[in-house]
Amino acid sequence: MSGRILHIASNTFREAVRDRVLYNLIAFALLMSGAAVLVGQISIGIERLVVLNLGLTAVSLFGIVIAIFIGIGLVSKEIEKRTLSTILSRPVRRWEFIAGKFLGLAGTLTVNTICMAVGVFAALLYVSHHFQASDGGVLIALYFIVLQFLIVTALALLFSSFSSPLLSAVFAFALFIIGSFAEDLRGFAAMTQGVQHWLATGVAYLVPNFSALNVINLVAHEQPVSGQLVLYNTAYALFYVVTALSAAVLIFEHRNLK
Amino acid sequence: MAAIDILGLEKTYSVGFWRKRPKRALKSLNLSVEDGEVFGFLGPNGAGKTTTLKILMGLVYPSAGSARILGMELNDPLMKAEIGFLPEQPYFYDYLTARELLEYYARLSGVPAKDRSRRVNEMIERVGLKDSASVQLRKFSKGMLQRVGIAQAILHDPKLVFLDEPMSGLDPIGRREVRDLMEQLKNEGKTVFFSTHILSDAEALCDRVGIIHLGELRGVGAVADLTAGVQGRVELVWQGSTVPASLKALGECHVSGDMARIIVPEGNQDAAVDALRRERLRLVSLTPVRKSLEDYFVSQVKGAEAAGAKA
Repeated sequence: MSGRILHIASNTFREAVRDRVLYNLIAFALLMSGAAVLVGQISIGIERLVVLNLGLTAVSLFGIVIAIFIGIGLVSKEIEKRTLSTILSRPVRRWEFIAGKFLGLAGTLTVNTICMAVGVFAALLYVSHHFQASDGGVLIALYFIVLQFLIVTALALLFSSFSSPLLSAVFAFALFIIGSFAEDLRGFAAMTQGVQHWLATGVAYLVPNFSALNVINLVAHEQPVSGQLVLYNTAYALFYVVTALSAAVLIFEHRNLK
Repeated sequence: MAAIDILGLEKTYSVGFWRKRPKRALKSLNLSVEDGEVFGFLGPNGAGKTTTLKILMGLVYPSAGSARILGMELNDPLMKAEIGFLPEQPYFYDYLTARELLEYYARLSGVPAKDRSRRVNEMIERVGLKDSASVQLRKFSKGMLQRVGIAQAILHDPKLVFLDEPMSGLDPIGRREVRDLMEQLKNEGKTVFFSTHILSDAEALCDRVGIIHLGELRGVGAVADLTAGVQGRVELVWQGSTVPASLKALGECHVSGDMARIIVPEGNQDAAVDALRRERLRLVSLTPVRKSLEDYFVSQVKGAEAAGAKA
């Protein structure tokens, strides 16, 4: 990998840290400790289920909000503030800039998720007093959550390469919501006929399938997650990220940076 | 080999929200800048200076024409490693300190790790930011940011430096420092291409200047050559407070104490001297009034505007 990509990525990470993005961890820590204490008192026998559902959903939502709100500014903010002109007048190719920005935010989100995961496991230990074999599934759920972040970041970056931050946020958030119901959309498409069927199927397969990446409920109920799903989701997320980033690069390569 | 070779460069933007209409920002620009030259690119605001620089930096794509820098294509990373660029009113990552920013840019420019720290320290010292090197840029004044901008442009020891309005927003001391720095760059044998609308800076620094207005290059050459074409004037000073009637017709006369003076076009110089001789007045001095770049600039800009109005 080009050293320039890594330099841009590490600067993007540093920007997030200096802009106090990781402060969300404080809110998360407060939420998890409060939940662990409260759950222990009000939900007898289902403490583990409640802590996992609440914890993993919070990990997902905190990360999605960061991915969207930082992702939409990754390119547009650099154009608007004209910081890009001193970057692209150096031996940095436009695609390297996009790749570096993506990796920087992906790194930020991964570090953020690791910190939150520690919080989830701490709360789990507090309510269950011990770990069990099925807790390994929590790691898979967290891995899928990170895959969701990568897709959302790539989409936010794609929108950011041609649209205003506000519209980019609307597009990215709308796609996240629709994608969370992708399985239902596919079910609906299967029930329709004719042109409507092709149209609904097209949309159902075009939007990112976030519902396949959500195994929080499964893990909370101590159900196993198949290795096949892990492989499928990994390949799917990689394909989606590469496609979205390629589109972002294609648009950005042809853009006049006034 | 020319440091910069521009051939028929054009740029047309689409303006308007609903009804897009073309706006020609640059009209077939042909320009060549030699190696080791300090070249001033002059023009009023909106003349096309920044558009030209943005095209050369690969930030904006031309609608037609081509350009080569140091004999290489505009998108060649090897060429970009050899150039430095200071944008107009630069803005940098304000969460970084000056040192962190310069280290980041040094990495992107490919400065070897063993030289990086030394180069950054040298630059910080050279632009006078030693005491504020560890302060975040969000606390910097406009003048300090301009210094950081200059430091990042020359940090990697480029052969060719592009400066877009480098004196803009600087106080007189800051302007003097930038001028000194540009002179140092010239002495180091670097090529400097800078845009400005401050003509005195260009006059003091440039080997050659190009004047652009309404997207069109109006003249290129050494300042002395350009101003030589403008009709000259001479100042005559004589003793006494008498002003001959025939002299009054040639220009406005000023009397102060027992001395009088008049500025007349070069063509009227002999007639003015004859008039003084006839009146037996003692000529104290006859001095050619040097035509400034400003006179040439104004004549070109007004000429372009008059031509535009006729069309």
